[in-house]
Amino acid sequence: MAYPKEYRYTKEHEWVKLENGKARIGITDHAQHQLGDIVYVELPKIGTKVKQMQEFATVESVKAISPIYAPLSGEVIDVNKELETKPELINQSPHEQGWIAIIAPSDLTELDSLLTAEQYERHIGA
Amino acid sequence: MTAFEFIPNTLEDQRKMLAEIGLSDVEELFVDIPAEVLKRFKPLGLKPISELEVSQLVSRMASENAHTGQYVSFLGGGIYDHYVPAIISHLISRGEFLTCYTPYQAELSQGTLTWMFEFQTMICELTAMEVANSSMYDGGSALAEAMLMAKNITGRKRFLVSKSLNPHHRRCLETYAWGVGLELIDVPFTETGQLDRAALQPGELDDLGGLIVQTPNFFGVIEDLSGLKELIKDAFLIVSVNPISLGLLAPPGLFGADIVVGEGQPLGIPQSFGGPLLGIFATRMNYVRRMPGRMSGRTVDADGRVGYVMALQTREQHIRREKATSNICTNQALMALCATIYMATLGRHGLRKLAELNLQKAHYLAEKIAKLPGFALRFSGPFFNEFVVRTRKKPSRLLKALRDEGFLGGLDLESYELLDGNNLLVAVTEKRTRDEMDRFVKVLKGA
Amino acid sequence: MGNTIFDIGEENRIGLRLPALDVPERNLTELIPAELIRKEDPKLPQVSQVEVVRHYTRLSRMNYGVDSGIYPLGSCTMKYNPRINEDLARLPGFAHAHPLQGDELSQGALKLMYELGEYLCVIGGMDAISLQPAAGAHGELTGMLLIKKHFERTKELHRRTKILLPDSAHGTNPASAAMCGFEVVPIPSDARGLVDLQALKAHLDESVAGIMLTNPNTLGLFETDILEITKLIHDVGGFVYYDGANLNAIVGRARPGDMGVDIVHYNLHKTFSTPHGGGGPGAGPVAVVKKLEPYLPVPRIVKNGNRYSLDYEYPHSIGKIHSFYGNFGVLVRAYAYIRMMGDEGLKAVSTNAVLNANYLRVRLSKVYKAPYDRLCMHEFVLTTKGMSEEIRTLDVAKRLIDYGVHPSSIYFPLIVPEVMMIEPTETVSKEELDYFADALIKVAQEMRENPQLLKEAPHAVPVYGASVRRLDEVRAAKEPILRGHFP
Repeated sequence: MAYPKEYRYTKEHEWVKLENGKARIGITDHAQHQLGDIVYVELPKIGTKVKQMQEFATVESVKAISPIYAPLSGEVIDVNKELETKPELINQSPHEQGWIAIIAPSDLTELDSLLTAEQYERHIGA
Repeated sequence: MTAFEFIPNTLEDQRKMLAEIGLSDVEELFVDIPAEVLKRFKPLGLKPISELEVSQLVSRMASENAHTGQYVSFLGGGIYDHYVPAIISHLISRGEFLTCYTPYQAELSQGTLTWMFEFQTMICELTAMEVANSSMYDGGSALAEAMLMAKNITGRKRFLVSKSLNPHHRRCLETYAWGVGLELIDVPFTETGQLDRAALQPGELDDLGGLIVQTPNFFGVIEDLSGLKELIKDAFLIVSVNPISLGLLAPPGLFGADIVVGEGQPLGIPQSFGGPLLGIFATRMNYVRRMPGRMSGRTVDADGRVGYVMALQTREQHIRREKATSNICTNQALMALCATIYMATLGRHGLRKLAELNLQKAHYLAEKIAKLPGFALRFSGPFFNEFVVRTRKKPSRLLKALRDEGFLGGLDLESYELLDGNNLLVAVTEKRTRDEMDRFVKVLKGA
Repeated sequence: MGNTIFDIGEENRIGLRLPALDVPERNLTELIPAELIRKEDPKLPQVSQVEVVRHYTRLSRMNYGVDSGIYPLGSCTMKYNPRINEDLARLPGFAHAHPLQGDELSQGALKLMYELGEYLCVIGGMDAISLQPAAGAHGELTGMLLIKKHFERTKELHRRTKILLPDSAHGTNPASAAMCGFEVVPIPSDARGLVDLQALKAHLDESVAGIMLTNPNTLGLFETDILEITKLIHDVGGFVYYDGANLNAIVGRARPGDMGVDIVHYNLHKTFSTPHGGGGPGAGPVAVVKKLEPYLPVPRIVKNGNRYSLDYEYPHSIGKIHSFYGNFGVLVRAYAYIRMMGDEGLKAVSTNAVLNANYLRVRLSKVYKAPYDRLCMHEFVLTTKGMSEEIRTLDVAKRLIDYGVHPSSIYFPLIVPEVMMIEPTETVSKEELDYFADALIKVAQEMRENPQLLKEAPHAVPVYGASVRRLDEVRAAKEPILRGHFP
């Protein structure tokens, strides 16, 4: 699967897509592949304030629970409720329908610390 | 060299195996142990003995113990002399149940995983809760784990604890509470023997992690749970139960309990000097991912056939390590199997009948004792199969007289420091006959 | 509902008749307020006794136990469970004794517990013991609480915050330490598969409350630097906790206490042959050096002359950890086992356990990769990594089932990818070891020639094999069905 050029990535395998100043967040195709079948997602509460690279959600496969880190600081303003009943969306469409949360970022300069698609692909050795 | 019946290797086997490994002496296998450590070794000074000899030796020790085949028991306090149906010991002794471990390989463990699923279902039915695990160590540790779970979910560290909780369980609770850094606050009981609701003032309820009550409580008195959950709101209502009583009593799930725990020994498990016992643990489905302990879950195999696997293992220590919901690994599986077979055998209406036998007989005896001069019932609240008698004479003296006549007469409450004066806790199960009870009363009268 | 007891039976069938009430019957509502009485009986099964017996007999046949054959789960020590011990634990004087019947009426039980405690102290090279913990993890928790109590008393608790743990440790270790509020610091293993001494030293300061070690570790390797490790920890004022899960490797010939260990838990259901029961009951007694003795759980069992009693008078004790005195029935079995084996027998246990493991290791490492290719203790690890593109260790394990044997532990320890952790124990014959090795070697061949066979395994065979085919764990986790429902 291709890694969208307009997204930014973390070394911990989260992606960020900026939409009108808001940051949509999910985990990468590489991450979902490593985890295998996702069976449960613990979503953050709307209104939660997070710092960059703070754990703010978890995804659960049969054999592991993995923390999801916030790629940017800010406030959680929306979560993907569909994942509550269809966690497999993360496996099926990690970069689109499998998004996890939307954050209103408090410091957009943090974007500079994230990886580009090209850098991320190099990071995972793709 | 002595040959041992549990070790098949002969010297000839050892020689062949060493040759394959490329060694000449078994001692060479242990070269990694520092010589200094080996040198310090000190043996037990015990010679091997045969099965026949160990049987004689250990049987002699067993005969130095009193037991309920020898004494007529009115002793309870958390462990009860109930009848254990004969089939239980036979069925749990089948090697395939007895000698397997945690069902790590589900396809080779469908027997265990199926009865675990049955056990979970039965406990849910009994308690009117939504989900149960497949066992904890005992009533005391189950209670402690319930408190930890409530703390993890609510994030609060203050717990109100009914003073009429079984003091043995209470002491386990204290150990865990200290270890984790939680505060336990006593809630007194009234003259009925029930929780003093007047003590549940709004100030006490602030920042509360949970309220812990037991019913029937240590004094045998049945608590009225109605309204408690409404009073404590989002703090956890944790209820410890005697599972036999739930054949008759309204289950805590109907009163909004968040966690129900209990000592499962009455469900077909021998008293065994207090262990192995069975911790029961049930909660709401909302909290299932925060629950400690093993669970069996239903699924299907590659052909679509129904089968069972260990469910939600990601909560557990072998996957989640320091973030696990609990450190529990080995639990009390075989005891849970006893309880499963027991509940299946007693069945839907049998458990009710059994509970009624306990209730009726206990009231028969209580009334007779209460009529004796120098004896009175300590509490006015409703009780199940156990009650406290206030005595004029020292309970220790009464118990001695009873023992001389072949009775384990009950529990002297003096050392528990819960009540003033002389108090004797008396338990009556379905095993006690009218004749035994009448003789018991007679001895008390003459003591 | 699917093969359960709820799927059989009929309304009004019963499994046991109860005696008739022999006292005057009172009206229920005279005795209990109506609102506290259950309106509807719990929906338990309604089956006759013969149906109960047949159902559970059928379920038992869907299980594989030590009695069925080799059961080489690593660090679980699935050894034979002597049946005499079952009979002894069921003697009326033990099985029907009440824990509160008083010291005077419990001399046999107290004597047995006292003597077992003495034996375990000698076996571990320790000074004092509590038999209360009901399992290994329960022992670990107790051990961590003892350490906490000590530092509370010396007023050092605020800075003694860390428990060090090799990354090969059992998951119970970090979970137990975390329950007591300690911070868990993982220590990596080095290329030898042992504690990396340099990494360990980097963490040593006065924030260390202790270290938890399993020795031999879960790779089956003896920590050859053990004396240095224990000294290093003691030098910074910490305690060394010994997880006794792997004691079977050294029992009868070496003692944790002689390695400088301060706290030991024993798994009586492993080393001392008590049955695992489908996941318990076990027993996890905890023994300590003199310095930690004041903190042991109460009651302790004491001996005065020829009399034994339960003693609660230890003001610095951490308190109770079990409702009563531990899993007494398990203690009876372990006592009988130790007496039967004696010193010579216990030594023969470790000798043959280690011999069997090495024999299997040598045979199998010709086909599978041994990441630490050297002498092992009572268990060893192999990996399938690099053997096939599509086949995983899980598939190898499931295919072994088709050969009528129980697979080893898999995917543990976490530090070796695609790992199998194999512990045969001393109670299997050479013929069985050869059968197991032949089967695993055959599976490796199938992996190359017919991988589909492995992927589809197990292929449900009737006796001591799988009663079902491979089960869908994803489905069970996604939509957990954890109980049945009735009409």
